[in-house]
Amino acid sequence: MSADREEILRRVKDAVGAIEHPADYPDWPDGLAVCDKRPLDDRWAAFCERLTAFHGMPLEKPEELAEYLKTFRYTHGYCDPELAGVLAPVLGPEFTLEETFERSRLDDYRFGITRARGAIAETGTLIVTDGQTSSRLGALAPWVHVACLRSDDIFRDTAEAAAALGDDPNVIWITGPSKTADVEGILIEGVHGPGVQVCLLLP
Amino acid sequence: MKVQPMDQFSAELADEVRDAVYDGSASGYDKREEALFGDYPDPDLLRRTAGNIKQHTLEHLDTYLLQAEAKMRENGVQVHWAGDGDAGCEAVLRIMRDNGATRLVKSKSMATEEIHLTEFLEKHGIESLETDLGEFIVQIDKDHPSHIVKPIIHKNRGGIARSFEREGLGAYNDQPEVITRRAREYLRRKYLEAPVGLTGGNFLVAESGRLVLVTNEGNSRFCLAATDIHIAVVGIEKLLPRDRDLSLFLGLLGRSATGQQLTVYTEFISGPKAAKQPDGPKQMHVILLDNRRTEVLGTKCREILRCIRCGACLNVCPVYRQASGHAYRSVYPGPVGAVLSPLLAGNRFPELADLPKASSLCGACNEVCPVNIPIPDLLLRLRDRAKQEGVKSPGTPPLAAWSRLASQPTLWRAVMAGGKVMNHLPLEMLPVRALKDWQSARKLPKWRGGDFRRWIKKHKEAESARGGEA
Repeated sequence: MSADREEILRRVKDAVGAIEHPADYPDWPDGLAVCDKRPLDDRWAAFCERLTAFHGMPLEKPEELAEYLKTFRYTHGYCDPELAGVLAPVLGPEFTLEETFERSRLDDYRFGITRARGAIAETGTLIVTDGQTSSRLGALAPWVHVACLRSDDIFRDTAEAAAALGDDPNVIWITGPSKTADVEGILIEGVHGPGVQVCLLLP
Repeated sequence: MKVQPMDQFSAELADEVRDAVYDGSASGYDKREEALFGDYPDPDLLRRTAGNIKQHTLEHLDTYLLQAEAKMRENGVQVHWAGDGDAGCEAVLRIMRDNGATRLVKSKSMATEEIHLTEFLEKHGIESLETDLGEFIVQIDKDHPSHIVKPIIHKNRGGIARSFEREGLGAYNDQPEVITRRAREYLRRKYLEAPVGLTGGNFLVAESGRLVLVTNEGNSRFCLAATDIHIAVVGIEKLLPRDRDLSLFLGLLGRSATGQQLTVYTEFISGPKAAKQPDGPKQMHVILLDNRRTEVLGTKCREILRCIRCGACLNVCPVYRQASGHAYRSVYPGPVGAVLSPLLAGNRFPELADLPKASSLCGACNEVCPVNIPIPDLLLRLRDRAKQEGVKSPGTPPLAAWSRLASQPTLWRAVMAGGKVMNHLPLEMLPVRALKDWQSARKLPKWRGGDFRRWIKKHKEAESARGGEA
C-alpha cells in the first residue's frame, strides 16, 4: 500500500516534471458561475420561487404543514427533539412525533422533520449538515421531508454557499425531491429519498 | 476480448435498442442546451475556465495529491493508494475483512466499473449490491452500463418489468413508477443490512480534503446514512484545487449531464460522521486510484483526464447515437471512451485502437464538453499512435494501393474516369473480405469519377465565354 503510494507519486512527479509550461491557475471572477445576478432583496421569496420550480414545497406556517400532512393522513413521523416542543402543540393531538428514529421501523415514519443549516436562493437548494440534522435517516427515509429553515440562513447563490461549507463533515445540498429518469427518461420522484420535499420557515 | 468492428455491431443492433439509445441521448442533448444557454449569456467562458482549472490541476498533480492526502488525514479519513485495478480491489477487500464485513451497498461509480470491483468481491464471497436504479437493473440482468450517466439507456420498460418479475420483485408491471417503487422497497432494507457503503467521487478538493458526490436518487446519501463504514474509490484525476472551484464545476456538471442547475443531492463529505450524529459511517476510507492515469498524464493526450464524466459528448455524438455504448467494448463509451479506453488499456491498446477511428471528427464532442477537452485532436493523436505502432484495425481495408494512386495525378485521373466500369460489376461477389464486411451494412454509391472535372471544365469555358461578352 505504501509502496503504491511512493510509486504513484513518483510517476506523477515524472509526468508533471516533463511538462514544459505547466498551466497556471486561471483568473476568474467569483460570480462567473452565478446565473441569477438580480439583486435579491427578498431571499426567501426568491428561494420559494426556485424551490417550487424544482417541485419542492415552501410553507410559511406550521398550520399549513399540519393541513398538508392531514390531507394524506400522514400523522406519524420523526421529529428533531428540539423542534418537537414547538411543533407538537401547533400540529395537534392527532399527530405522533417520535423523537428517536428507529431504523428497524423505517417504513412507519411517513414524514421526517429536521433542521436545515441553510438554503440557496439562486437554486432553490436546502442545506443540511451533521451539526444541525438530528438524524440523517430521519431526514432521508420517510416519504415527506420537512426541513425547517430560518430566513437569516439563506445564501444568495452557490458561490456564497460554497465559501461557507465550513468544517461540518457532512454537508448536503438538496435541490428538490429524490428523483430518477433511468427508465425511458421518464421522471419519477421519490426513489430512495423523499418523494415530497417541504421547507418550513421558522419564526 | 471479442473484437467486433463498431459498424457491424451497429448494423446488427435491435431496432428497439437503437431507438432507445437515440431518443435518450438526443433528449439529453436538448436539456443540456436549454439549461446552459438559458442560464448564461456565454456558457463557453465557463467551459473554458473549467477546462483551464482542470488542466492546471493535472499539471500540478503532485502538489495537489499531497495536499489532499494531508488534509484528509487531518479530517480523520484513512487514505489508501492503489497503483492499479488489482490493488484497488485488494484495498477494498482488506477493509472489508479487517472489519469482518461480508456485504456492501454501492452507489454508482465508473472507477469501480473500470476495475471490475463487483466481480472481484463476489469471487471473494462479498455481496456487492448496486443501489442506483439503472445500475441495479444492469446488475440483476448481468449486463453492462451503456452510458456514463444513464446506464440503462439501451433498455425499455418491458425488458425491465420482465427482469423484475424474474427476480421475484413482483408480477409483471411495466409502469416506470411501479418499477421505481419496487426498487425503493427492496433496496431500503438492503441499506440497513449492509455494514459498508461504497461510493466513487465526483470531485476531491485539495485545500479542504472534501469529497464531493452527486446523485439524483439519493442512493449514495442512503448508503452514508445507514452504514458504519464508508469506502470511496476515487481516481487521482478527480482533484480540484479549492472549494471555490466547486460552484463552477457543480453547475457545469448538473447542466451538462442532465440539464439541471444542480443535481438533487450534492454531498460534501470530509470525514466520518459528527460525534453527536446517530447515523452514518464511523470510518471513512478513500482509495486513491491510479490504474494508468499517471501513464496518460505523461502523454500528449493528458487533456482527457480533465473529464468529469457528464456524458454530454455521448449524447451529442452521431456515432454513439447509432452504435450504442456497448459498441465501444469497454467501460467508457462514446467520444470520451474512444480516447480514454485505449489509453487505459495498457498493452492491450491494439484491441481498442479502432475506437478512435469510429468518429467523423465533427467536433460536437469538443463543443459540448464542460471542461473543453479537444476530443477530435486526441482521437487523431491516437490514430497516429496506432499507425506508428503498426496496429492493424479490424475492418479497415488495405489502403496501400489507394495511397499510391492518390499520389500520382495522371493515374488518378485515368482511374477516376475508368472506374465507371465498377457500376456494371457485381461488387458484392468480389472476394475481398474487407469489402464484403463493409457492404454488409452499406451500398456503394454509383461511381461518378471524372464527372466533376468535366463539369468544372465546361463551367470555366462558359464563364470565360460570358466574361468575353461583357
